[in-house]
Formats: sequence, C-alpha cells, structure tokens
Amino acid sequence: MDYLELTIGAVLVNNIVLSKFLGICPFLGVSKRLATALGMSGAVVFVMTLASFITSLVTKYLLNIDLGALGIGEGTVKLDFLQVLLFILVIAALVQLIEIAMQKLSPALYQALGIYLPLITTNCAVLGSATMNFNAGRGVLASTLFGLFSGVGFALALLLFASLRERLELADTPAAFKGTPIALITAGILAMAFVGFSGLC
Amino acid sequence: MYIMIITAAVMMALLGLALGMIIGGVARLFRVETDPRIELVTELLPGANCGGCGKAGCSDFAKSVVSGENPPSRCPVSGAEQVAAIARALGIDAGQSFPMKAVVRCGGDTRQSTRLATYNGVIDCAAASLVAGGPKGCAYGCLGMGSCAHVCPFGAIEIVNNLAIIHAEICVGCGKCVTACPRGVIKLVPADATVHVYCNSPQKGVAKKQVCKVGCIGCRKCERALPDKFKVTGFLAEVNYSSAPTAEEAGAVGCPAGCLLEEQRHLEIETHDPDWSPDK
Repeated sequence: MDYLELTIGAVLVNNIVLSKFLGICPFLGVSKRLATALGMSGAVVFVMTLASFITSLVTKYLLNIDLGALGIGEGTVKLDFLQVLLFILVIAALVQLIEIAMQKLSPALYQALGIYLPLITTNCAVLGSATMNFNAGRGVLASTLFGLFSGVGFALALLLFASLRERLELADTPAAFKGTPIALITAGILAMAFVGFSGLC
Repeated sequence: MYIMIITAAVMMALLGLALGMIIGGVARLFRVETDPRIELVTELLPGANCGGCGKAGCSDFAKSVVSGENPPSRCPVSGAEQVAAIARALGIDAGQSFPMKAVVRCGGDTRQSTRLATYNGVIDCAAASLVAGGPKGCAYGCLGMGSCAHVCPFGAIEIVNNLAIIHAEICVGCGKCVTACPRGVIKLVPADATVHVYCNSPQKGVAKKQVCKVGCIGCRKCERALPDKFKVTGFLAEVNYSSAPTAEEAGAVGCPAGCLLEEQRHLEIETHDPDWSPDK
C-alpha cells in the first residue's frame, strides 16, 4: 500500500513539474514538438531512476561513515551537509558514464536519447527527487521507485504540454498572447487541473 | 569537529579520484572510433547545410562521401575545385559534376500579365494557389509572393514587379526553390546555359495571349530556325539544354512573343526597363 501511494503520488498528486515546480526549464524549452518531448521524457525517466538509486546508496553508505568499522577511531560521522555536493558529483559522473557506455553498446538508444542526456545531468528535477528521497528518509528500493515514477510524472506533464502546444500553434490566439505567453497560461491551467488529484492519496 | 572535516575532505577526495578513474577507464574501454576523414571532408565542404545533395546537412553528406554512397560532386554548391580537393583528400574519383542553376520560367510580371482577383491573404505562393487557383490570370505562371525567395539559403532570388528573378551568379543550383514553388515554374538547368524560354504554360496560344503579353504562342519560329536547339511541345517551346543555344543564335531567331530571352536581357527588362514590351 505504501508503494502504491508512493508511485501514484509521484505521478499525479505530487507531480514533480506541476505541483513541485521543478524541471520547468526543459518543460518549457523542449515542449514545442512532441517528438523532441518524447526524447527528453525518455532521458529524464532513465536518468532520474538511476540517479535516485545511486544517491540512495550514497546516502546509506557515504553520508554516515562509521569510523569504528573502518578501524580509525570510534563513533559515526554524519556528513549530511555534503548532501547536495555529493549528489551533484555522483549524478554528473553517472550520466557521463552511461553516455560513454551507451554510445558504444547501443548506438540506437544513444541516437534517441544522446543529445538530451548531458542537458539534464544536474537538472533540478533530478537533483530534487534525490533530495526529496533524502529528506523523507527512504530506503534504496523506495527511493528508486520514487525516482522512476517522478520521471514518469515529468514525462506525463511534458507530453501533455507538448501536445497542447502543438495544437496551440494552429489556434487563433490574440497577437499579444502568441507564443510563450499562451504557453505559460496553458501550463498554469494544466497545473490547476492536477490539483484535482490532491485528494487521491 | 576536526574528525568530521578530515573525514569529509578525505571522502570527497577519494570519491572524486575514484569517479575520475572509472570514467577514464570506461572512456578508454568503450571508445568509439570515428573516421577522421569525415571531419576532413566536412571542413572542405561549403558548410551551407542547404540540403541540395539530399542529405540532412554538410556533415551528413561528408559521411556518405566517405562511405562511398555519394561522389563528392553530388554537392551542388561546391565548385569543381572544391570537389577536386575532396576527391584528392580521399584519393577517389571526383565523379562528373554538372553545375546547375535554377530558372524561373515565367516572364509575366505585373506589366505583362493580368490578375483574376485581388488577393488579401497570407503572402505565400502555396497559400495563394489554394484560393481558387491563385490570383494570377495565368494558372501556370509565377505568383510572385516569394515562397522561393524565402527558402533560398543563398539569397539568390529577388521579387521584381511581382515576378521571381534568380540571379544566376549567386545561384548554386541546390534546388530548394524548385520544391518550394507550388506551380513548378522553377526548373534546374545547366549553369552555363544563358538562353531560356520564359514561359511555363501549356495552354493554347490564344488563351495565353488573353492573360499574358509575353506567353509563348507556339509559333515554332525558334524550332524551325534551330531544330536541334529548341523543341516545341504543344504550344510551349523549350530549350534543349543538352545543346544550349548561344545568345546570338537566340537573338537571330527573333521570338515574336518575347518569351525567348537571354538571361541578362531578361534581368535588364525586369529591373531597368519599365517601358519594355514584346511588340517593340
């Protein structure tokens, strides 16, 4: 039951874009066409899952160092203040690694995701989901699930918005609202619509 | 307190070192060899990314040249020297190159042709031709709204008197305008040809004369004078570009309709000669 709450909550109720307002940059930047939005969504789901997994490991093993176990003293050292720094370092290195390996192992996947991967290395939505995991004190499995479904939530919001924007291109908008203004208004209305899920869990 | 600082510093240093080494190792393990010749050919290409070769851009074309899919001469923008340079760099045959240029086969500017109606819509040839076939009297002539000029990556097309004029010295023959024109008025011809028939209408001579003063009337005067250089199909004369006539030969024909013109003369008429008419 907890996991159901976690996953549906991450996709709909606490949608990372539309209720947490993280990752607004790619949300507005790559939502002009559905095809590019698809590529971006794939990359975000991929990176966010892996980043949540790896940062939960970092939280577990690197932020609480047991000096006694290492045989160099006694007691544990809490390094919570290093959280953001460590997360950025680890996520950036991870994405770099994946990119290099993917280019060799799966050129097709690299073609599809390749250009979006470096863009979202330290995207605030990716870092945000890692920090939220940390603050909620989630374990490795729960963190990874949360990362995956936050990514799915991001993809849902981005794809919805990209489809809306493709329609808006053809709509008869007043001159003053053409382009970005009407897109921002649409994003606001979309966010309001997502408030409707708030009673769900 | 000191323990914490030291632990943090040591941990970060070790982690940074480890990550750096892992990335370095993986980069070496999974290195993708890219052909250095692709880079070389890309540099030798004009870099206009016009797409005239049918590829997505110059670097895409370079890839296909290196793989042997296309000869270097497929690049319509590169001159013979550039093509030869690429062929030399790769040690392959340059392939035969026929430099082309585009010609708007219509002389019906505002002075010579009639209009069916006033068009107030979007200034775009494709949009205009959707409305009852376009505002021009002649259903085959240049609409003059500059759809071709917009797509030309080289700025070689000018709209004068509601007629598209291609400046041959700027045109590289990439063919973008050919696909942009909804009426198919523009045609690619060999770059060294200087004489063209500035009419595209297959209609009967009488019908053409009602809407345009310079339409080809299909009198066959040119074909009779130089049968190997001109061909009249129906009511429309065409230049045989495989043995293109010279400017003198075309002048000697004395086209009564005023559509067989030398390129520079056509440009002059449109830009500098407001009183020209085919009757004079």
